[in-house]
Amino acid sequence: MTATVERAPTEGATGSKRSRILMKGNEAIAEAAIQAGCDAYFGYPITPQAELLEWMARRMPELGRVFVQAESELGAINMGLGAAATGARVLVSSSSPGMSLMAEAMSYMAGSQTPIVLVNVMRGGPGLGSIGPSQSDYFQAVKGHGHGDYKVPVLAPASIGEAVELVATAFELAERYRTPVILLADGILGQAMEPIEPQFRHPPRQEFDWALTGADGRPPRVLRSLHLLPERLEEHNNVLQAKFREIARNEVRWAGEQLEDADLAVVAYGTAARIAHSAMRKARQEGIRVGLFRPITLWPFPEPQLRELASRPTAMLVVELSAGQMVEDVRLAVEGRCPVAFHGRTGGMLPTPDEVLAELRRLDATVRAGGAT
Amino acid sequence: MERSVVFAGFGGQGLLFAGQILARAAIADGLEAFWIPSYGPEMRGGTASCTVIVADEEIGSPVVDRYDAAVVMNPPSLARFGPRVADGGLLIANASLLGDASAERPEIDELRVPCTELAASAGDDKLVSVVALGALVGRLGWVTRESVIEAIREVVGVKRPEILEADLGAFEAGVRAGAVAVPV
Repeated sequence: MTATVERAPTEGATGSKRSRILMKGNEAIAEAAIQAGCDAYFGYPITPQAELLEWMARRMPELGRVFVQAESELGAINMGLGAAATGARVLVSSSSPGMSLMAEAMSYMAGSQTPIVLVNVMRGGPGLGSIGPSQSDYFQAVKGHGHGDYKVPVLAPASIGEAVELVATAFELAERYRTPVILLADGILGQAMEPIEPQFRHPPRQEFDWALTGADGRPPRVLRSLHLLPERLEEHNNVLQAKFREIARNEVRWAGEQLEDADLAVVAYGTAARIAHSAMRKARQEGIRVGLFRPITLWPFPEPQLRELASRPTAMLVVELSAGQMVEDVRLAVEGRCPVAFHGRTGGMLPTPDEVLAELRRLDATVRAGGAT
Repeated sequence: MERSVVFAGFGGQGLLFAGQILARAAIADGLEAFWIPSYGPEMRGGTASCTVIVADEEIGSPVVDRYDAAVVMNPPSLARFGPRVADGGLLIANASLLGDASAERPEIDELRVPCTELAASAGDDKLVSVVALGALVGRLGWVTRESVIEAIREVVGVKRPEILEADLGAFEAGVRAGAVAVPV
């Protein structure tokens, strides 16, 4: 039922470490999409994801595929909707404020079951905020964007190598479940360079019985989110909800490290998980037994796995580049089985490993003293 | 082993490039590498910097509390990063622009390198960051000289073959400057 990744894909299961290439996160994500068979890209420049669009601007025309720098994010996402409705593999990317502009189309695509992959390289908010790295769009990606009862899979890589892998996964999930999928990165992952295995996945193509490919020789098809009869719309919602339950059953992904003997568990995703990882190493050197639980899918959230874990460590610390968003889902998951503390920075600031270590020491002392966190 | 270095100076001094060469050399040596630029709003003539982490295991945090080494190419960078070098760490100061200015920290190894003069003697006085990279590699040996040379050949050889020899010369001049005896 659960896909567990114990090691980040950057480790590279095959090939020599020397065959790896150094790539910038934004560019690696773009190239991974191209290799995954992306037919069309639509976007509008915004820091810190601009290199993704630039890479596509150069590469897509080279390959005879579609690249459009739209007049706005609204244009980009609605062009994406139109292209995806034909069964094309479509990528749209932006950063936080741009994602807010795309909210309406997200709801329409979820409603009309249109597969598409969106990349959000998060920056500090709210509003235009800053261009610094952030994770303050967790609520937006996991709970929000548009109106209506829907969820979309959200994949959160912690390294550039993992981002490359998850881009292919995103296209697979989008087509398998006919849904938008969000790849949620942040400014660090977008701007940094890391070695990756130059091996990309190419998800196989399938025939779609819903795609608008021209009705020559067959009855017309319709893709829509409008169902004016309440009875009809409820029926449609039931279909969607059944799909969401199926995704929640089948597609949870997470990674764990040193949880077996852990007294404290840090729960973090993406860049925050890497900072937490360094803090965990330092804590272990001091004799504080810390493990790391890293959700890779933020929706579906690894709720049963966290709940099971919560019966073992005495406390959890959630670390985010936000004022505290995923922490709410952690608390819902553990249902009070253990105390859940939080540490976060906002606005483009990053917690340092020593900062997280200090929180771990404090939490360790508190639980040893038998106090509340 | 996990080591971090920040390259800091004016935009245009080649600091991001030097950091990328170090990261490429680390990969060629079979190590892990992480490169991150400061991409925040910077004013013209202000500071540009990048951080490089090399390690023989999976790299965790992209931010470090203290740097094992800092390359500072101008006064604002010395002021900003001098205090953030870990005790026992290395500070490479570009004496060509910093004159006698120092981090005033006896607990760190402060290496003063006349980057502009050494770059000029190699054939191009703009290659100051390549000199500094040489000094770093000559001093600390996190990566092999051969891998750095290979990385410079790969990148510069393709993009700007006309300055390849000057780049290699600047790197070697830096290595020699870095290999001088550590003052006790």
